[in-house]
Amino acid sequence: MIALSINGKSYNVDVESDTPLLWVIRDTIGLTGTKYGCGIAQCGACTVHINGVATRSCQVPVGTVGSKQITTVEAVAQNGKLHPIQQAWLDLDVPQCGYCQSGMIMAAVSLLKTNPKPTDEDIDAAMTNICRCGTYQRIRAAIHAAADHA
Amino acid sequence: MTYMPKVNRRSFVIGSSAAGAGLALGFYVPFDTDVAHADAVSSPEVNAWVVVKPDETVVIRIARSEMGQGTMTGLAQLVAEELNADWSKVTTEFPTPGQNVARKRIWGEFSTGGSRGIRESNKYVREGGAAARMMLIQAAATAWNVPAVECTADKGVITHSASNRTVTYGKVADAAGKLDVPTNVTLRDPKSWTIAGQPLKRLDTADKLVGKTMFGIDTRQPNMLYAAIRACPIFGGKVQSVAEADMPDMPGVKKIIKVGDNAVAVVADSWWRAKRALESLQITWDGGENAKVSSASIANFLKEGLDAEQAFVGNQTGDAKAALAGAAKVVTATYSYPYQNHAPMEPMNATAIYTSDKCEVWCPTQNGEAALAVAAEVSGLPVAQCDVHKTFLGGGFGRRGQSDFVRQAVLIAKEMPGTPVKLLWSREEDMTHCYYHPITQCKMTAGFDANKNLIALHMRISGQSILATVLPSRMEKNGKDPVTFQGLSPGGPEGAFGYNVPNLLIDHAMRNPSVPAGFWRGVNTNHNAIYVETFMDELAHEIGEDPLAFRLKYLKPKHAAVLKAVAEKAGYGTPAPKGVYRGLSQIMGFGSYVAACAEVSVTDGNLKIHRIVGATNSGHAVNPELIARQVEGSFVYGLSAMLYGECTVRGGAIVQRNFDTYQVMHIDEMPKVEAIVMPDYEFWGGVGEPTIAVAAPAVLNAIFAATGKRIYNFPLRNNDLRSA
Repeated sequence: MIALSINGKSYNVDVESDTPLLWVIRDTIGLTGTKYGCGIAQCGACTVHINGVATRSCQVPVGTVGSKQITTVEAVAQNGKLHPIQQAWLDLDVPQCGYCQSGMIMAAVSLLKTNPKPTDEDIDAAMTNICRCGTYQRIRAAIHAAADHA
Repeated sequence: MTYMPKVNRRSFVIGSSAAGAGLALGFYVPFDTDVAHADAVSSPEVNAWVVVKPDETVVIRIARSEMGQGTMTGLAQLVAEELNADWSKVTTEFPTPGQNVARKRIWGEFSTGGSRGIRESNKYVREGGAAARMMLIQAAATAWNVPAVECTADKGVITHSASNRTVTYGKVADAAGKLDVPTNVTLRDPKSWTIAGQPLKRLDTADKLVGKTMFGIDTRQPNMLYAAIRACPIFGGKVQSVAEADMPDMPGVKKIIKVGDNAVAVVADSWWRAKRALESLQITWDGGENAKVSSASIANFLKEGLDAEQAFVGNQTGDAKAALAGAAKVVTATYSYPYQNHAPMEPMNATAIYTSDKCEVWCPTQNGEAALAVAAEVSGLPVAQCDVHKTFLGGGFGRRGQSDFVRQAVLIAKEMPGTPVKLLWSREEDMTHCYYHPITQCKMTAGFDANKNLIALHMRISGQSILATVLPSRMEKNGKDPVTFQGLSPGGPEGAFGYNVPNLLIDHAMRNPSVPAGFWRGVNTNHNAIYVETFMDELAHEIGEDPLAFRLKYLKPKHAAVLKAVAEKAGYGTPAPKGVYRGLSQIMGFGSYVAACAEVSVTDGNLKIHRIVGATNSGHAVNPELIARQVEGSFVYGLSAMLYGECTVRGGAIVQRNFDTYQVMHIDEMPKVEAIVMPDYEFWGGVGEPTIAVAAPAVLNAIFAATGKRIYNFPLRNNDLRSA
């Protein structure tokens, strides 16, 4: 059994220790907001926060997580209140299909935490996730909007 | 309420369609039971399209698939407009394909492709909304014992002014649903719309921000198991043998299943365990003849078609060959365009359960009825004992119009009766088992007279037919694939060629390699627009004319209007910022007229796309903001394809296996996009695809302006933009 703390809750999971965290979150715990896109840390759909840092969970063996705090997209809104990033995403209607957006939101929340007023270049460097619908223009605008209103 | 008609024992024709092109597909679904589908849908139903709950929530039924394009919101706007609904109370639900069959296809077409969702169903969904409004008013009028014509409805409230009475839709919905559905309804003039035509917010955004939206991959059923699959990487190949090694010792593994003759699946209690076990299997493939196919062999095969005698004619005026022979000046160019994968972010998947009397599938599909037909065929059960539950799609782009993954899922479920099994493809499986963007080459030949008038154009396309792979029944009797000529047709509502050239010949030498082709967002307009629009630019330069002025001499009015619109907004003809160059393009595709003006700079061979202005005349604009989003996204999809998109072939299989080798655009390459939405209210066009086609040629023409280099072979990354 491996002990995990996800979104403030404790779990004990019976999986091989080299199982990627992504699949434990999705299939074992049942939090399906975190997505599988590539399995090789290229697309960012699986991004979660580990101790607050945006991390591609498809490349994290669950056995290496230990007592670190994991946050998924389901727990970004607190007490029913959207995070400024989510609010900006809502105001600008950023998502199209929406599949990559969990990872995009996790990356953007993490960016604003370390850089409250990112420039376009900062956004380019931090937001390396893939969106095939092509929502990049609105993602950029929403990050700026969230930074302005935070 | 008798909206669930009994259906007789007979064969039932379902007219469905191909994803991606405006074609109807007829297929037979055996129909031999009168068991009505009991799927949970909301009630009380006013008619098939509208449910009003006692709490005044309006549920609008959406037959088409939502894959990001926003059709769910746009279709709801059209129904709500005629319903006079309170938009803040509107929600949606998807009826199932099984329910559609059981109700004699009351919701019409489910297939979602070819940018047809709104343009082809707008009339009947609006009529559904109008009929529901009339029924609700009639129910109130009957209760009040007044004539219905004295009552009005607005924002979900019915008013009888004379007696100063009001009642809400929710109070009369039950009674309204018992009335006959009126057949004679009058639709509102689109110019007076208040819900449709407005830039309303999407209905599906909130759930997508908190991880609540259920995509196919998120399906969970009680006691569900997981399947990973590997199909023969060589197209047309088969499984020769499977050595099971030490499989029984692997934790959680339940079963190894041969799926059809070309794939092996492992079923386990988690997908990761299934995938790992699958990877440990020693599978030997029999690739057959196709194992010899390579990118080079395909290129040679197509090259021969550029000058072949036999070709299918798609558009012909005058005598192009004779006019070319007598031309004062002849210009030629030869192009090639590669295979590409749609690469939707959600890999292919489907969840199925099979028992001796039931087969159900949950899947992200662009063609729910085709998926249902496959479920029935593979399970061997009557259609009425099967159903497909459509989830949200993590991207579709035409790929999910195919049902190959549904077929696999049901084949696997049949081996595990009573247990739901979720089949999920790895990204590697997805990259190597696609219905790829067709591969083509093209030879353009143009002739001018002594006065520099364009008098002849011959466009010879050599390459793959999509219909030959996925819908051979829709090919013409002589073997011609009309879809090849998207954007090049002599006329018609779908994609008329924009230029008036007195001697014109557009023909297609069909060459079908073993790699399967399919509908890929934008479909054949993607390469057709590159060939035509970069060549037109080249012709203008060849005779020393401005590319805009040159085009406008030959363009038809609606094609010209969108081109002029982007040129004006982009400031074409006025000085650009230092080092920045502009390029233009236009096409008619998917029933709409679109154009683009790109601004780029090239420094030391490095391209930067600064800005693109896009214009769309889709006739009607049901939600201008949704259209703007489709334009923004289409530029990304089209530019990803032009910059990077390429699947190469080695040993009969696709080489690129993941996003590390199949590169796509990221945010740092995103230009500033400005969308002009300019409906003229004269027709209904699609918006999900046409802009893709103008992205690449506008940028390519700007690259020429910046560097003097013409690009003839794609993707761009195989070319060197540094000055010689």
